[in-house]
Amino acid sequence: MAEAASVAAECLAGCRARGARSVLGQVVLPGEELLLPEQEDAEGPGGAGERPLSLNAGARSRVRVICGPGLRRCGDRLLVTKCGRLRHKEPGGGGGGVYWVDSQQKRYVPVKGDHVIGIVTAKSGDIFKVDVGGSEPASLSYLSFEGATKRNRPNVQVGDLIYGQFVVANKDMEPEMVCIDSCGRANGMGVIGQDGLLFKVTLGLIRKLLAPDCEIIQEVGKLYPLEIVFGMNGRIWVKAKTIQQTLILANILEACEHMTSDQRKQIFSRLAES
Amino acid sequence: MKETPLSNCERRFLLRAIEERKRLDGRQTYDYRNIRISFGTDYGCCIVELGKTRVLGQVSCELVAPKLNRATEGILFFNLELSQMAAPAFEPGRYLNLFLKIYLFKIHFQVWQIRVDLHLLNHDGNIIDAASIAAVVALCHFRRPDVSVQGDEVTLYTPEERDPVPLSIHHMPICVSFAFFQQGTYLLVDPNEREERVMDGLLVIAMNKHREICTIQSSGGIMLLKDQVLRCSKIAGVKVAEITELIQKALENDQKVRKEGGKFGFAESIANQRITAFKMEKATIDTSDVEEKAEEIIAEAEPPSEVVSKPVLWTPGTAQIGEGVENSWGDLEDSEKEDDDEGGSDEAILLDSIKMDTGIEVSDIGSQDSEEEEMIILEPDKNPKKIRTQTTSVKQEKAPNKKPVKRRKKKRAAN
Repeated sequence: MAEAASVAAECLAGCRARGARSVLGQVVLPGEELLLPEQEDAEGPGGAGERPLSLNAGARSRVRVICGPGLRRCGDRLLVTKCGRLRHKEPGGGGGGVYWVDSQQKRYVPVKGDHVIGIVTAKSGDIFKVDVGGSEPASLSYLSFEGATKRNRPNVQVGDLIYGQFVVANKDMEPEMVCIDSCGRANGMGVIGQDGLLFKVTLGLIRKLLAPDCEIIQEVGKLYPLEIVFGMNGRIWVKAKTIQQTLILANILEACEHMTSDQRKQIFSRLAES
Repeated sequence: MKETPLSNCERRFLLRAIEERKRLDGRQTYDYRNIRISFGTDYGCCIVELGKTRVLGQVSCELVAPKLNRATEGILFFNLELSQMAAPAFEPGRYLNLFLKIYLFKIHFQVWQIRVDLHLLNHDGNIIDAASIAAVVALCHFRRPDVSVQGDEVTLYTPEERDPVPLSIHHMPICVSFAFFQQGTYLLVDPNEREERVMDGLLVIAMNKHREICTIQSSGGIMLLKDQVLRCSKIAGVKVAEITELIQKALENDQKVRKEGGKFGFAESIANQRITAFKMEKATIDTSDVEEKAEEIIAEAEPPSEVVSKPVLWTPGTAQIGEGVENSWGDLEDSEKEDDDEGGSDEAILLDSIKMDTGIEVSDIGSQDSEEEEMIILEPDKNPKKIRTQTTSVKQEKAPNKKPVKRRKKKRAAN
C-alpha cells in the first residue's frame, strides 16, 4: 500500500504520464495515463506532457498495440481504469503486443461468448429469467436447449442451475443466453445435475483454473473422481461421491486463491495420504 | 438490488450436510467462528469480526435534560445501520433499534445520553451476535468526560483538564444465536449466511457470564421443546463465558498499549500488506474419516470376476483361449461412466452392422474409444449366416446361432 500510495502521489503531483514499459509489473491506479513505447522517446525527461511539434510526425513507426481489460485509449495514451498490476504480452508476429491490468474482481459483467452458471429465478411464458450475478437477470428461451421443440419443452424448474453462454451481452440491453452452440448441439451446456455444491470465487481465480494445463485441476483430479463446472461469472459447481469430499474440494478451490504453489502441493500430498 | 436466489441444489446440499453434521467451513455444531476485536484511536470505537461478518461500533455521549417521567435515569440509545456495503440486498434507510440492556447512571439535573451506533460492514451471517459483542465492547471501551457537582453547580471537564472516566457497567450481556433446521431436529450455533438462508427458525439468547438470561427471542415460528430451550441456554452459558473472557483480554491489551505509549488504532491492527498479498484464515478441514470411507468402499466392492482361461473348442481344428470369450461384463449402463468433465465427449455410440450373405461386412465405426474387430470362422461349404447386430454404448446383443459357425465380436475398449 505504501508503494502504491507514493506512486500515486508522484503521479498526481507531477501530472506526468509515465511510460508503460517502466511500469510493467507494478501497481497502477485508475486515472493514470501511460505512454506507449514509441511516444516515450519523443517526451524526454523534461517533457511537461506536450508532444513537441515535428514536421515528420508521420514517419514515426505505427505499432498496433491492443488494449486489454482495465485500460482504455485516451487520445494517443492508455488510460488506466482499474487498479491492479500492469501486464504486457509480446506479440506473436507483428503488432505491439497486448497491455492489460490484472485486477481482483468479484462482481461479474456479462460478456458475449462467456460460459456462465446461472440460477433460474422465474419462468414467464417462453422465457426463463436466469440470475448470472450481473446487474440484470439474463433471459433464456426454452427453445435454446438441444432437442427442444414447441412440443418438447425442456424440464427446467425455478431454482435449477443452468450452464450456458451469452449471445447478447452489452451495457444497453438485457443479456441473453443460450444452451446450445452454433451447430445446435449442447456441448456440455444445459441444466446441471441435482446434487453437488455451488460456491462463489473471484473472477481471477476462475480464469487461472481454466487456463490450459492448470496444475490445480490436474492435482485435484488425482484425489477423487469428481465433476466440476466453472462459470466465468465466478461460480463453481462441484460434485463428488460423498458430502465430505465435496466440502473438501470446495474449500480447496476457495483457498487456492490465497496459497502459493508450495503450500498447495503440501496440502494435496497430505490429502492424498489420508 | 435483489439478492442472489438460492438454487435448489445448494439448499438440498446444505440440508443434507447438516443432517450428516457437517458444516461448510468445517466447524462443529457448537463452534463459533473466530472472533477478532480491534480498537480505534478514539475511546469507544471498535470493530468486531465474527468470521467474515464485520460490525463497527462507536459510542458518543452528551448531556441532556432527562425525560420527565424518568428523571433519574440516563438514556441509552442503540442504532444499527444496515447499509448496502454489508450486502447488496439491504436497502438504505432501514435500521433496527435494539434495546437489550438498560444501565442506570448517576443522578444529575442533567443526564447522560449515551448513543451507540453500530454499522454493519459485511454480512456473512449472524449479525445479532456480532452486533451485541461490538456494542458491549464499545461501551466498555468508552470514556466519558469527568463531571463534578458542587451544590447546584455542575462542572464538565474537558479531556485535557481531567482524564475521562469509563462508564460503570454492571454486566456484559452477549447474544448467542441458534439456527434450527428440519422443524427443530437439527441445531447449529453461529449460522453462516448460507445456513441462515435454509434455516427454519432462529433462537437468540442473551446471557451474561453470571448465567443470568437477559433476553430470549425466537423467530421463524418453529415449535421448540422445553428441553431444547434448556439445552440451548446451557450451551449459551458456556459460549458467553468464553466470549466475555476474550473481550476482557482484548480490553486489557488495548489499555496496556495505550498506557505504555505504543501505537494503537485501526491502522495498527491491519498488518502491513501490499495490494497483491493475500491472506486467508486457515480453515481446518476434517479429512480424518476419508481413509475409513475409502477402505469401506474397497471392502464392500465385489471382487473382479474371474477370467475364464480354458480353451474353447469351436470346430475341429479351431479353438480359442483367453480374451474374446463370452462377454463376462454383462450390461454396462451409462451411469457408470464417471470422470465426466464438462468438456463433453460423445456418449451415445450407435453402431449398425449389417452383414451380407457374401460375408462382406459394412460396419460403421463411429466411436473413438472402442474398437471392434470382426472374427469370422469360415467353414467349408457353408455360408456365413446373415446376422444383424446393433450396439448402443457398450451393450451387446448376440443373435441366436443355428449353425455352428460362430461369430465373435472382439470388443476392446481403449482407455
